[in-house]
Amino acid sequence: MSNIEIKKNKELDCNIVEFTNANFKLVSGSVLENFKIAFKTFGSLNQSKSNAILICHALTGDQYVSGHNPITERDGWWSRMVGPDKPIDTNKFFVICSNVLGGCSGSTGPKEKKDNKDIIHGGSFPSITIQDMVSAQVKLIDVLKIDKLFSVVGGSMGAMQALQWSVDFPNRIRTIIHIAGALKHSAQNIAFHEVGRQAIMSDPNWHKGNYDEEKSIPERGLSVARMIAHITYLSEDAMHRKFGRKLQSRDIISFGFDADFQIESYLRYQGRSFVERFDANSYLYLTRAMDYFDHSETYRKTLEFINNDNDDINYLVISFTSDWLFPTRENKEIVETLNNLSRNVSFLEIETDKGHDSFLLDEPDLDIAMKGFLESNYRNTHE
Amino acid sequence: MNNIKSIRKDWDLIESLIGENSRILDIGCGEGDLIGQLEKKLNAQVHGIEKDQEMALKGISKGLNITHGDAEKDLSQYANQSFDYVILSQTLQAMLEPKKILTELLRIGSKAIVSFPNFGHWKIRLQLMLFGKMPITEGLPYSWYDTPNIHFFTLKDFENLCKEMHIVIEDSIGLTSKGKQFSINNSLLPSNLVTHEAIFLLSYKNFELIKIKSTNKIFTKNSAIIN
Repeated sequence: MSNIEIKKNKELDCNIVEFTNANFKLVSGSVLENFKIAFKTFGSLNQSKSNAILICHALTGDQYVSGHNPITERDGWWSRMVGPDKPIDTNKFFVICSNVLGGCSGSTGPKEKKDNKDIIHGGSFPSITIQDMVSAQVKLIDVLKIDKLFSVVGGSMGAMQALQWSVDFPNRIRTIIHIAGALKHSAQNIAFHEVGRQAIMSDPNWHKGNYDEEKSIPERGLSVARMIAHITYLSEDAMHRKFGRKLQSRDIISFGFDADFQIESYLRYQGRSFVERFDANSYLYLTRAMDYFDHSETYRKTLEFINNDNDDINYLVISFTSDWLFPTRENKEIVETLNNLSRNVSFLEIETDKGHDSFLLDEPDLDIAMKGFLESNYRNTHE
Repeated sequence: MNNIKSIRKDWDLIESLIGENSRILDIGCGEGDLIGQLEKKLNAQVHGIEKDQEMALKGISKGLNITHGDAEKDLSQYANQSFDYVILSQTLQAMLEPKKILTELLRIGSKAIVSFPNFGHWKIRLQLMLFGKMPITEGLPYSWYDTPNIHFFTLKDFENLCKEMHIVIEDSIGLTSKGKQFSINNSLLPSNLVTHEAIFLLSYKNFELIKIKSTNKIFTKNSAIIN
């Protein structure tokens, strides 16, 4: 018998919903008999259950979108955006954020134990896609007895999930905010991911993913992967503005391979601290899920199939001028398709030099757009 | 580009040309005030394009559907005849390729509403004639070196272009510099001299079915068909 149970997890300071004998079929063909989704909620659900917003996190994000993160002992990754009186105002909205399937902060992923066994999945975990992540989120929304989400919001890999929602479950969302995403993961992006994965897999501590049994951690590989990825989240201008050629704790160059430059020291720090909070196998599986994301050939046809009468979704697409990972051009493909099919869409390109990471940083125009879009749409649907 | 009062007047006239429950695209919609007005008063389904980030942001924050982009590049994304009306208010003179834009307006929309300041107004002519300098007026308030307006044209020029492009002028309204409104077609006034601002409702020619009378009845008889 399949069974669903919500448990409070004190250590992780979140809720975990456990699905047993769920026979959850993945796109790859594999089946997860049992799986669990770790999630947090903020604010309260109104009586008509019409104020729920699902926030989808990016590659290395987690369910701690706001408030305190017990793993990092820091504020949640989007605390500046989500909370009481913040652009996504938890006085008005009921915010749900769940750790994605394949992640490593409480949801089922390579780090978690196999069914009824003491060993973890590790390298034998099945391949995950963005579609699987969304299917799991839908099961969570079902458990919360929410028929229609007021909004699905996400940046980067979160944007991919938001787009997937609009394709797979258009009748279950009212609006979507898609920030810095694309219809497909580009060749250049796959290339960067592949270098990151190679760094992990060539670390002798990786042991084909079964490092837990060997009591080792592929720290070096994972930190190099993070360093490479971090470069892609910035822009040349921002890097120059922040670091230039400034030297780190020294007046002259060392003629060696120490971190002479501030940028080197910064990347090393990013790599080191990432290892403490993220699982190397999760990084492999989630980057792969992003690589497999591709709606470029099917998006238009899918939208045509979801005819106008069934699609009252209001879309907001946002891009950043200096984002070269998910450039404006790629975000605009989505907007152009929607406009061509006369759907309700708004698009904003925000001028900034902060690169792909802009959506996580202090960008006042992003705040204004999100707040204005959500609240005016909420008013329009609740008049 | 114009003072607030005359822009509002301009908008009210645009509104008067539009039927209820229409689908409308406003090119260069600014903060979306005109489409906001049309949405409310005419229960229209509205969409805007705006080049300026701050203005597009303000419009989006009001809950309007606005695409932040450049109309000269981005109109191709809209499907043929996907709007009932496409509005180009006070912008044609600032476009790089006005003729191409006009074609696009009537490809996207079944009707186009175009408003522009008339360079043939008597005050402008007088300024140029008397002082020999590029005219500066309320409707065209910029010096020649910092004006966004790159194509100056008169009422007559516009009418001639429509003729050349086989565009039908369904309605045309003139505003004098004092804001007095008159019908350009039926006016006894020398319209090209007194029109300060013009608003045109345009469409392509609708060809009516032509019925050819024939006295020849051979095809009405079965025998004729069989033989």
